[in-house]
Amino acid sequence: MSFLTYFINGLSLGSIYAIIALGYTMVYGIAKMLNFAHGDFIMVGCYVVFTVVSTMGLNPLVGIAASIVICTLLGIITEKVAYKPLRNAGSPLAVLITAIGVSYFLENAALLIFGADTKAFTSVIKWEGVILANGALKIQGVTIITIAISLVILAVLQTFIYKTKAGQAMLAVSEDKGAASLMGIDVNKTISLTFAIGSSLAAIAGVLMCSAYPSLTPYTGAMPGIKAFVAAVLGGIGSIPGAMIGGLILGIIEILGKTYVSSQLSDAIVFGILVIVLIVKPTGILGKNIQEKV
Amino acid sequence: MKLFKKVVSVAAASAMAMSLLSGCGSSAAPSDTYKIGSIGPATGDGAAYGTCVKNSIQIAVDEINESGGINGKKIEYKFEDDELNAEKAVNAYNTLKDWGMQFLLGSVTSASSIAVSEKTKEDNMFQLTPSGSAADCVKYENVFRVCFSDPNQGIASADYIADNGLAKKIGIIYNSSDVYSSGIYQKFAEEAAVKGLEIVSAEAFNADNKTDFSVQIQKAKDNGAELVFLPIYYQEASLVLSQAATMDYSPKFFGCDGLDGLTAVKNFDASLAEGVMLLTPFAADATDDLTVNYVTKYKEKFGEVPNQFGADAYDAVYAVKAAIEKESITPDMSVSDICEKMKKAMTEIEVAGLTGTITWDASGEPTKEPKAVVIENGSYKSMQ
Amino acid sequence: MTMKKIQDKYITYGMVVIAYVLCEILMRTGVMTSHIKGLLVPVCYYAIVAVGLNLCVGILGELSLGHAGFMCVGAYTSALFSFSMKEVLPTVPRFIIALFIGVAFSALFGFLIGIPVLRLKGDYLAIVTLAFGEIIKNVFNSVYLGLDDKGLHFSLKDMASMGMDPSGKILVNGAQGITGTPSDANFTIAAFLLLASLFIVQNLIDSRDGRAIMAIRDNRIAAESNGINITKYKMSAFTISAAIAGIAGVLFSHNISTLTATSQYFGYNASILILVYVVLGGIGNIRGSVIAAMVLYLLPELLRGLSDYRMLIYSIVLIVMMLFNWAPKAREFREKHFAFLKKRKEARQ
Repeated sequence: MSFLTYFINGLSLGSIYAIIALGYTMVYGIAKMLNFAHGDFIMVGCYVVFTVVSTMGLNPLVGIAASIVICTLLGIITEKVAYKPLRNAGSPLAVLITAIGVSYFLENAALLIFGADTKAFTSVIKWEGVILANGALKIQGVTIITIAISLVILAVLQTFIYKTKAGQAMLAVSEDKGAASLMGIDVNKTISLTFAIGSSLAAIAGVLMCSAYPSLTPYTGAMPGIKAFVAAVLGGIGSIPGAMIGGLILGIIEILGKTYVSSQLSDAIVFGILVIVLIVKPTGILGKNIQEKV
Repeated sequence: MKLFKKVVSVAAASAMAMSLLSGCGSSAAPSDTYKIGSIGPATGDGAAYGTCVKNSIQIAVDEINESGGINGKKIEYKFEDDELNAEKAVNAYNTLKDWGMQFLLGSVTSASSIAVSEKTKEDNMFQLTPSGSAADCVKYENVFRVCFSDPNQGIASADYIADNGLAKKIGIIYNSSDVYSSGIYQKFAEEAAVKGLEIVSAEAFNADNKTDFSVQIQKAKDNGAELVFLPIYYQEASLVLSQAATMDYSPKFFGCDGLDGLTAVKNFDASLAEGVMLLTPFAADATDDLTVNYVTKYKEKFGEVPNQFGADAYDAVYAVKAAIEKESITPDMSVSDICEKMKKAMTEIEVAGLTGTITWDASGEPTKEPKAVVIENGSYKSMQ
Repeated sequence: MTMKKIQDKYITYGMVVIAYVLCEILMRTGVMTSHIKGLLVPVCYYAIVAVGLNLCVGILGELSLGHAGFMCVGAYTSALFSFSMKEVLPTVPRFIIALFIGVAFSALFGFLIGIPVLRLKGDYLAIVTLAFGEIIKNVFNSVYLGLDDKGLHFSLKDMASMGMDPSGKILVNGAQGITGTPSDANFTIAAFLLLASLFIVQNLIDSRDGRAIMAIRDNRIAAESNGINITKYKMSAFTISAAIAGIAGVLFSHNISTLTATSQYFGYNASILILVYVVLGGIGNIRGSVIAAMVLYLLPELLRGLSDYRMLIYSIVLIVMMLFNWAPKAREFREKHFAFLKKRKEARQ
């Protein structure tokens, strides 16, 4: 029974990683860039909700809507100003470094605007959750909702990418930018759209993350961002179901590692397992194996 | 690329030259004011602590200057950021030295404070750390501190729990990557064994994993801990409390001075903190004149409720003032002379501050009474 | 090797020597502020680790996000030696042995980690180096090591489980790390080690082995079909790169007296910061790494006057520098308007 409890705790943590990883993998898979600032978009989204709900006293739904709008705009602007000029820079590392610059910028701007103090986030999910086995097991409401929303997002994204024109354009761009533009696809627009979707997913992930772990500082997004990146790689870069599976597995490993091995060495365990998975299957769990050609 | 390098090298060279030159004039003329410097994290993960120290020293300095300074001389004050990084703390110290600092109130965190103390010892600069609590912080005789040491707090907590029969089975949740938290934990565990307390679970988390505490809480719960000891800071404690509540686990919670600030977390559901006990020298909602004055001023100026880091820093300024008056130190003395006199004066003064009435011995450790308080209806109540 | 290449190499050495002499003169004449004086050693070790990482990223062509981990290994092993030999050995031999130990261990870690890592490619490789960096940091953060009459005690949990004699000496105290490493490093040593690292990397690049490594970077399959032993060259470049990061680690731990394995020094953030030096200085451009490390380390320090806005301005400057340096548009613009400055062609790249 206690194993099940820990397993469910792992599922809760994993669901948060999964929903962040969905947004991460979107940008990562299509635009082929590591957006290190993704975690900080999440933080911005949380602060927007916090301001709207706790400071201005409006309905949480207004807060979520505002946060999605602002994060989407932020994503588009960031892409235009900081990433787009470097798209043909010759090395993918250039844009990676700029993303780090953007991440520093957002963290420090939030520090100046909101202060260093921790803010307690009021959960937007009021549902207590499901109690099983006469109270011995409890699945929290936020976990169920997070997983449900992740699945919905997963389904919507899959349909969008494989069934709509814009989605097909995204796939084409991710395969080969040059060929895509020859086929009449507006590469700039497609990448902008990718960023817009990725950033709005960051806003949703932020709200759910802060509902599960109601504490907010300018650095809230940084570590979950990295963990989500790890989850995306674990699941296979560019694979949207992979990101979801990677997130859940990462959360479960983390919690079980903490429980049964050592709470001090939990990072070492999580990353150790990542290393093992990648050595056994070098493209992640659901990643495509692309044969190298001469 | 070539061009860029040229531009950059020229820019760097001129920047260096400028900073070299600007440093020239500063330390020349003997000072007519007391120059107090402070170091702490104003950006990065520890920003909440550093900012509070920075602001609190400002309040104390303003108060003293408004009422005519010390012996008629004003205080000048400068704060430098160390990003919670010992290497940057040394850089910050050097910057302050160039500025002409005579008294160092810092660094805020232990590792930085120890690194800086190597330098202050070399320069024989007086150093009083408000909150560097690791045992090694005050190993040199020019360094004093305002807060309790980690070992002290660990022992005092274990004693208090045992002597008052609060619980027999103890669970601990601590931050293994933090000097403060692991320092308290070590001594607490030793003392608990002496006092016959049973530690049923001791689970760590670290700086990279400080959002999910379900395992640590679950283990305490499964092992039947009646009391969970939290030698951690209030930011993480607020999460521990809210997660424990969702897991339907309500043991007694007991913490140290790091928990102070819990009820002041913006938007925090104070009912979660109900019944939490903590040993702290400072309580932001105490009703004595000194605390009320300090907290009101802080809220007015900076819009937040200060925590115990700030209170320690505030007291540090008044300790320096008292010591200066005791030994009639004047601003035109050399840094080393000031330090010698301060070392002597510190052991003779008694400061009635926000964190209690404090005296120091030559080892640099303060003597003051920790107060055990319990959070009731969202505010602190004295326990004894 | 062309004249140009040789010349280029000596420009780099000359630059470091001149900078060193200039700083020494300024220090001796007392013109230099203590602030700048204190920055000299850190600038050197960040330059060293940037040179080491550039060997991995620029020459070998594999992105590593874990070099701070190798720095951590070098810092811990050497500090442990110096700390325990503090009263036994005099400064000079102690530091030399410590340097040797630090470099040897980080090279060993580089070798061991290189075995699995170099089988992967691209982003997967990068994430695994990040993972190893975090593992190293996490493990060092949990190490307790003590010495008493009965011998060495070791634990990964806490002090109490070591079962030490109270009279024993604690060497590594978990999260509190090693406190009281002798400050054996100084600017002269740091500058010398920077020159030595540059010498190693430059000579490697110019050698037959170096060309083999670059051939692997440019086209692995072509290199392999030309009989180049891919594994051997990849491994040796990665190991040397880790060893150089170890040199930086030794300087790091002997410059400040407290050593803790926390994220601000050895986490992925620190690794990325080093990568920023490499990318901004030019991937594969060794001199660029030195200059970029210097500029970017000094920048936030020189911005101290801006107090609260310091890090914000730093981030903006970083973005602008990247755009100015890398964006194709900016390059065109520079070529058009500053063509007169661009006299020499790039020697490499």
